[in-house]
Amino acid sequence: MRDLLGIIDLAEPTEGLRELTVHRTLGAVPFGGRYRVIDFTLSNLVNAGIRNVGILLNDRFGPLLDHIKDGKEWDLNRQRDGMFLLPAPLRGDSGEGISSNLINLQHNRGYLEKSRQEYAVFSGCSMITNLDYRAAFNYHLEKQADITVIYNQTANLSANPPYTAVVTDEKGRVMDIALNPVQCTSRKVSLNMYIMRKDLLINLVDHYSARQKRDLFTDAIMPRLDELKIYGFEHTGYVGAINSLKSYYQHSMDLLKPEVWKDLFYTHGQINTKVKHEAPVRYLEGSKVSNSLIATGCTIEGTVENSILFRGVEVGPGVVIKDSIVMQKAKLGPGVSLRNVILDKDVTISEGKSLVGDPSFPLVINKLATV
Amino acid sequence: MQKKEVVAMLLAGGQGSRLGILTKKLAKPAVPFGGKYRIIDFTLSNCSNSGIDSVGVLTQYRPLTLNAYIGIGSAWDLDRSGGGVSVLPPYVREQGGEWYKGTANAVYQNIDFIAQQNPEYVLILSGDHIYKMDYSKMLSYHKSKGAVATIAVIPVPWEETHRFGVMKADENGRIVEFKEKPKVAKSNLASMGVYIFNWKELRSYLEADEADPNSSNDFGKNIIPNMLEANEPMYAYAFKEYWKDVGTIDSLWEANMDLLRKDPELKLNDSKWKIFSLNQTLPPQLVGPGADVQGSLLSDGCLVLGKVHHSVVFTGAQIGEGAEVIDSVIMPGVQIGRGATVHKAIIGENTIVEPGAKIGVPAKPGENVEISNENGITVIEDNVCVPQSMRIVQGTVLSVAAWPEFPEEWIS
Repeated sequence: MRDLLGIIDLAEPTEGLRELTVHRTLGAVPFGGRYRVIDFTLSNLVNAGIRNVGILLNDRFGPLLDHIKDGKEWDLNRQRDGMFLLPAPLRGDSGEGISSNLINLQHNRGYLEKSRQEYAVFSGCSMITNLDYRAAFNYHLEKQADITVIYNQTANLSANPPYTAVVTDEKGRVMDIALNPVQCTSRKVSLNMYIMRKDLLINLVDHYSARQKRDLFTDAIMPRLDELKIYGFEHTGYVGAINSLKSYYQHSMDLLKPEVWKDLFYTHGQINTKVKHEAPVRYLEGSKVSNSLIATGCTIEGTVENSILFRGVEVGPGVVIKDSIVMQKAKLGPGVSLRNVILDKDVTISEGKSLVGDPSFPLVINKLATV
Repeated sequence: MQKKEVVAMLLAGGQGSRLGILTKKLAKPAVPFGGKYRIIDFTLSNCSNSGIDSVGVLTQYRPLTLNAYIGIGSAWDLDRSGGGVSVLPPYVREQGGEWYKGTANAVYQNIDFIAQQNPEYVLILSGDHIYKMDYSKMLSYHKSKGAVATIAVIPVPWEETHRFGVMKADENGRIVEFKEKPKVAKSNLASMGVYIFNWKELRSYLEADEADPNSSNDFGKNIIPNMLEANEPMYAYAFKEYWKDVGTIDSLWEANMDLLRKDPELKLNDSKWKIFSLNQTLPPQLVGPGADVQGSLLSDGCLVLGKVHHSVVFTGAQIGEGAEVIDSVIMPGVQIGRGATVHKAIIGENTIVEPGAKIGVPAKPGENVEISNENGITVIEDNVCVPQSMRIVQGTVLSVAAWPEFPEEWIS
């Protein structure tokens, strides 16, 4: 896979994630007890043998940089190739990067040109999945496609818009693409991952960014549906699209199913993440834990049911956590009770407090907050 | 090369024959411990946390697992541009070469490695002890005493003094007597096998020792007594925290069980003194709906659907539905099948216990079992398959080699 270059786009819309993305880009949202959302895309690329990965940064990327550092955990701290951080041009007034992948790619055109790879895979980072890019790339070559769009039929995305539906013919050629269609005959949903020659990518970027367009897929690929040979490659594994609080909560809870846990973490390769060297989980006498995902560094003396505990959470005696997600280093006072709650990092809940949300609308407590 | 104040030499070449089948394929320091670590992690993490950034790891017996594990030392933050971790096996010279004959000879053979860095002090460590210790404090003590050698000591029960090198010190901490494994001890301060020497003096003692054909080239038996005889200023540095030599099946099992106390003496989750280990980035452990986990330590990648009481379960191990694991140490990658029971046992890496198998059951009257350890711990070798309906009696040590009729299909 020396021939394939990976580009990760962090500019997907994040409004639906509300509090979780106030201070961080989507890729940096904690997920699954020890990961951040970007770990899945980054690990999939690396597991396919891709050794050159560019990450398009726009705004709120501080926590992301702290997480990925020099790419060492993904073996991307290389002399040749490796990981490249590609910041967007800054807006004069706010200091924020412009959220447009076309403008960002144009801004970092030099990186694309200099890279020695002939092909590029362009991917968003909102899809929680374990995917084999090698198979997708081979398919792309075999079909002699101009662009290959990776899609999935199991993800129930139409229930959680935004989504992009694709229609393919029997040979796999994409015949139609629709954004959030109200009525749609196709269950094939784009994972926002595209493979194409690097030259074609540069051409599209040059042409459409010069015409003030903003998005690679909707503004540059969709209008060329008829003239380019666009094929669809089906990825059959589990897919969780993180685009709203509800989907974040649902896909987190999916991890409690052993078949999803195995599919996501043990199929095509490992999902790597920043290592924190936490101790194994301590279960004390009297602990009651069932149907839960527990990260290292936790100490449990209370009750944990249908929940996800991130690293370093202490569950004292009498504490009850149900159907909740508790992020790193939460401090829970004696007798605290949580249900359908998402606690962001470093939250403190004082003695005896009881917090209740709803499965369709989990209660989110902001990072560093004290209740 | 940049001059270092102190260079650590970590003795990791021992076979650890008293651990039996657990060290058949790897050196003792590479034996898994504490749910996600290997024994050597404790010493390497101590070095890293003490600010010692030049560590030579002396290997000899079955070094492959250890070599692969240590790599370039990045897990312990010891991948440094000057120094860092260096794995040092014996090597050939103009006049041929030889294996490390003893602990002192192992360091003697690496005089050039130490001289490259021209340190003031050399810290000698062994890779088979479980403890957390700030060597920089010991070094300050060494300096403040103007010592040529400082030996870390720990009080041990009087009845166990015959197993250790025992030190008698005066009121200033100066060592006045040293006896290796005495029958009748005059003190209960045991050497922990952690020494700081002034490099200049150590070098001349190592050279003199090598020239002595009757020497067993050992720190405890030769170097320390010789220094004492020459009246060198040698001091005892008292260490009062948790320290355990895990050289036997009993002590390895006990040290694992020590971690399960409500308030363990050795805290693994101290953010100021982390124990680093090579991480496999497996997913967080999944504890299933019918699971029952009490008084245990579990690591990443575990899938628990059954009962785990008072046990240490390592990275990536799976405990099936209705299975029962009690008072046991389940090493990385082990699979315990549905309904299987494991009582007071150590199960070696990647071994498969098939559904319904029973490990560590009491002997039936008249059943003859050779019990090889004090606690009656059952030990199953790594990478084997214990078939369904198999019943393994308490205290058995099960290995393919020790069992000539061991069916081939048992090897997983």
